[in-house]
Amino acid sequence: MTTRYLGKPIKRNEDPQLLTGQAQFVDDVDLPEMLHVAFKRSDYAHARIVSVDVEAAKAMPGVIAVYVAEDLGDYWQPSPLLVPPPPAQHVVFNERTAGQLAKDKVRLVGEPIAMVIARSRYLAEDAAETIFVQYEPLDPVMDLEAALAEDSALVHEGVGSNVAAHVIQEKGSYETARAEADVVVSRRMLYDRGASAPMETRGVVAHYDALSQELVVWDSTQAPIPIRNGLASMLGLSERQVRVIAPFVGGGFGPKIMMFYPEETLIPWAAIRLERPVKWIEDRREHFYATTQERSQLHDSEIALTRDGKILGMKDVFLHDTGAYIPYGLTVPLNTQCTLLGPYVVPHYYSEFRAIFTNKTIVTPYRGAGRQQGVFVMERLLDLAAKEMEMDPLELRRQNFIPPDQFPWNNEIIYQDFSELTYDSGDYEPILDKAMDMIGWEDFRENEQPRLRAEGKHVGIGLVMYVEGTGIGPYEGARVHVESSGKVTVVTGVGTQGQGHYTSFAQVVAEALGVPPEDIAVTTGDTGQFDWGTGTFASRGAVVAGSAIHAAAEMVREKAIQHAAEHLEAREEDIELADGFAQVRGSPDARVSLAELAANANPLRGAVRPGTEPGLEATAYFGPEMGATANGAHAIILEVDPETFDVKVHRYVVVHDCGTLINPLIVAGQVHGGVAQGLGNAFYEQLVYDDASGQLLNASFMDYLLPTSETVPRVEVGHEETPSPLNPLGVKGAGEAGAIPVGPAFAQAIEDALADTDIEILEIPLSPNRLFEIVRRATTET
Amino acid sequence: MKPPPFEYFAPTTIEEALDLLDEHGWDAKPLAGGQSLIPTLNFRLAQPAVLVDLNNISDLFYVRPGINGSVRIGAMARHSQVERDALIAERVPLVHEAIPLIAHAQIRNRGTFGGSLAHNDPAAELPAVTLALDGRLRVRSLSRERWVPAGEFFLGLFATALEPDELLVEVEVPALPPRSGWAIREMARRPGDFALLGVTAVITLDDENECQAARLVFFSTGGEDPTDARQAAEVLIGEAPTPDVIRATAETAASEDIDPTGDIHASAEYRRHLAKVLACQALEQALERVTTGALY
Ligand SMILES: Cc1cc2nc3c(=O)[nH]c(=O)nc-3n(C[C@H](O)[C@H](O)[C@H](O)COP(=O)(O)OP(=O)(O)OC[C@H]3O[C@@H](n4cnc5c(N)ncnc54)[C@H](O)[C@@H]3O)c2cc1C
Repeated sequence: MTTRYLGKPIKRNEDPQLLTGQAQFVDDVDLPEMLHVAFKRSDYAHARIVSVDVEAAKAMPGVIAVYVAEDLGDYWQPSPLLVPPPPAQHVVFNERTAGQLAKDKVRLVGEPIAMVIARSRYLAEDAAETIFVQYEPLDPVMDLEAALAEDSALVHEGVGSNVAAHVIQEKGSYETARAEADVVVSRRMLYDRGASAPMETRGVVAHYDALSQELVVWDSTQAPIPIRNGLASMLGLSERQVRVIAPFVGGGFGPKIMMFYPEETLIPWAAIRLERPVKWIEDRREHFYATTQERSQLHDSEIALTRDGKILGMKDVFLHDTGAYIPYGLTVPLNTQCTLLGPYVVPHYYSEFRAIFTNKTIVTPYRGAGRQQGVFVMERLLDLAAKEMEMDPLELRRQNFIPPDQFPWNNEIIYQDFSELTYDSGDYEPILDKAMDMIGWEDFRENEQPRLRAEGKHVGIGLVMYVEGTGIGPYEGARVHVESSGKVTVVTGVGTQGQGHYTSFAQVVAEALGVPPEDIAVTTGDTGQFDWGTGTFASRGAVVAGSAIHAAAEMVREKAIQHAAEHLEAREEDIELADGFAQVRGSPDARVSLAELAANANPLRGAVRPGTEPGLEATAYFGPEMGATANGAHAIILEVDPETFDVKVHRYVVVHDCGTLINPLIVAGQVHGGVAQGLGNAFYEQLVYDDASGQLLNASFMDYLLPTSETVPRVEVGHEETPSPLNPLGVKGAGEAGAIPVGPAFAQAIEDALADTDIEILEIPLSPNRLFEIVRRATTET
Repeated sequence: MKPPPFEYFAPTTIEEALDLLDEHGWDAKPLAGGQSLIPTLNFRLAQPAVLVDLNNISDLFYVRPGINGSVRIGAMARHSQVERDALIAERVPLVHEAIPLIAHAQIRNRGTFGGSLAHNDPAAELPAVTLALDGRLRVRSLSRERWVPAGEFFLGLFATALEPDELLVEVEVPALPPRSGWAIREMARRPGDFALLGVTAVITLDDENECQAARLVFFSTGGEDPTDARQAAEVLIGEAPTPDVIRATAETAASEDIDPTGDIHASAEYRRHLAKVLACQALEQALERVTTGALY
């Protein structure tokens, strides 16, 4: 028997290095003669720049150079539009992206105006402080509805309004559905902004070697290959001359995808110009302004049902805050639009959104990427409809699930990958049953809750369902190579930010080659090692890169078997690979090590057969025909203090189906982290702006509250496996599932805990202060 | 987030430190645990030209018994040291109970008792506790030494009676009279955060079980804390502390004594609500401790 590696809860290969401080992050790159950068950033949310005086800064000790927009010459350019608008029917799109340094106008607090380069970061900051910018302040555009008023200030005058995009998607006819409905529930809902707050902020180090004419850029990016290609073209270099390395990255969550942030294109430019290594590490305060954020949307939503709880249709009209520019196109609101439908049969759907320019930090996908908002709207409406119809909310969900024999299920609207939104596979009832079972739904309702209520405790339970589009194209590639030592190396183009790729990818190769995962070294995110690919986002690493690795490993396997059959004078069908050897099945003494086969595959003398390729090595690519759709359920039990309105989460259960599991431990870890972020989103994290001045009021961890180990409960994870037919491994993505449906689960449980007050939770995030207000309003109104 | 330039001195005696403060006056700042001062510098909210680091002055790191059951706490005693000190737990258990509410263990390992009082953050526990217990603060400059009662030391938002050339060197916290009870209650968003609102209560009963002395001190009301709720105390003093009286006391405190303001975490109304709720809880627990005689 050969050992199996796929599906095993193997501990992560990378952890010893990470836990002992041996892993290299961008800030660990320290080169001789290195210079440091600080930016002078806009103090205003919206203002015209009258003048910028950098003379004092240039004269400060240790300052090497100070650049403003004009100094960039032709290099100054708006960042690329990363995703074009979809080919849907009703689409208006006003493309506006940011130049590296503001020229005439600033559109958000923190927009870079000047770059100071000095011998140390301290000196650079001292100098940046002396830069005098004369502004002519303009009214900031902060509120989504006010932004649409006739007399609103305009973020981009040339657009003529603050509408960045307007999209309508329709399936069937909602009006018909509404006319037939017995019950119609409509509400306004708000989902507010948060920051992804990775432990490692962004950072770039660039080093140009004038002798070899090579530029090396260490960048905490999720997508090194597109960055390499973009930088080469912007700087007029060949792609061979630019190497982008994304070393260990301390969390990406989307905002590090491939933004071509100003700092990302300016630091390499300065390193070439000054012929000295240049480093910029974003500090936490900069992060609150200069790294993209997400989630503000205002929804007016409606659901139409029959008397016995069959969904006839949905209507959702929303405003989406895209911030001051729209470099990532419409991915986020499209995800909202698509994910809203969830695991349910919704025969008629009308969805319309406007993306709005505001004078706030730019919005691009952040873990969940618009899905949270859609799931919140759908799940809340189902809860409210159930209440109105006096029906069990879980029963209502169950009745409307897409039946398991209906896959692939086409939702007939356009998804973020521009194909029709089609679910590949799924089986939702067992997920619901398992979640109810794990959280102890019946027992809680019948025994636990009445008992605790009698003790005066306000405990509540919630359970919601969701789907998660994952694993979209276009493609990834990988090279698998057996070295003459018998160790295996795997390289792929995607970056890695803590997802456990060094282990899960190794398991895929281990399975094919019969080599233990700890003998398989995975390299990700170094364009010097692999040339092709897009990056890590949209929960696509395991699906797309994993499948490419699988394909390359299978090719190596075939080669190894061929060579071994020749070597052992056996038939190929009789060769099996195990423990680093190729052996004849049934006679384990007849065997040869992969190391020997690898050495033989690279002859140093003599002749080879014509057409022979050296090495036990193969490169393969994989591009799925469409995204794979994962799904699951989240269940929560929490307690509300009726006097302080503090909330304590007692239990959290996630049942998750991401197809075939490569490593359940890693999937559980992804889910845990996601739930922590989701709870932050639901109850702790909120970016609070002053609407009058446009200033962010909590740009530090003192006031922007991340969930901590003391506030996040132990998360119990159950797995179901419905394989995806779209890739050979049968996998679906798992990166975002933990974060997506926490809001509505939390809201449902809060309403349950405070059932005596009859409140409705129609917004996220909440806080004790906000709950106090909601309860007070509800109790004084009735 | 790098501090602006400053000159740095690390004296090893109180006298040297006082010399430096005398020389540099307004330009200088003592550096204690740095848990408040360093962030202020990194945000460039303050730009002192000179830092006088107190961390090498071994004479400031102590907890000692004082007369009549009091304790004397050196200005540089770390929060964690005070937290674990048996004498503190025995003689001034309110201090013992307040310390774990301050930040996290790592911050308590650096932050100091004196630093917390000298900083007088309106959301800090120790100024309120020191006031409620009627502590005294020993303050020195090159030319003089004085004892300042807590009631005269805390002068409003981040303001104290300290002159720029003065150093807080010691705090004396008296023991409570017999038949006293105490409690501290706060609401914080996460364990370790500064409170959204907090209150500490100290009461002493007479032989008739009527309230002989009462102190209710609020912190983090959004005003110039610590706030000594005197009108509320008047409601309680001379009365038997029945549930009704306690409720009336808490209500008076919330509506008369404090003047809350709102911020991004808590509105003024929510703070007022919390003040009532937490004052009730604190008074009830304080009372329970008198009547059962239980320390914890
Ligand atoms: C994340 C975080 C959470 C926190 N949470 C809380 C909390 O919940 N409750 C709370 O009370 N505190 C909290 N703190 C603050 C902490 O308790 C600080 O340690 C304390 O406020 C200041 O003490 P320090 O020794 O660090 O003083 P420093 O920061 O060194 O100094 C503070 C100020 O006092 C002056 N100073 C210090 N010592 C003297 C002296 N002997 N004489 C004259 N002036 C002096 C300094 O010049 C400076 O102006 C928190 C801090 C952090 C970083």
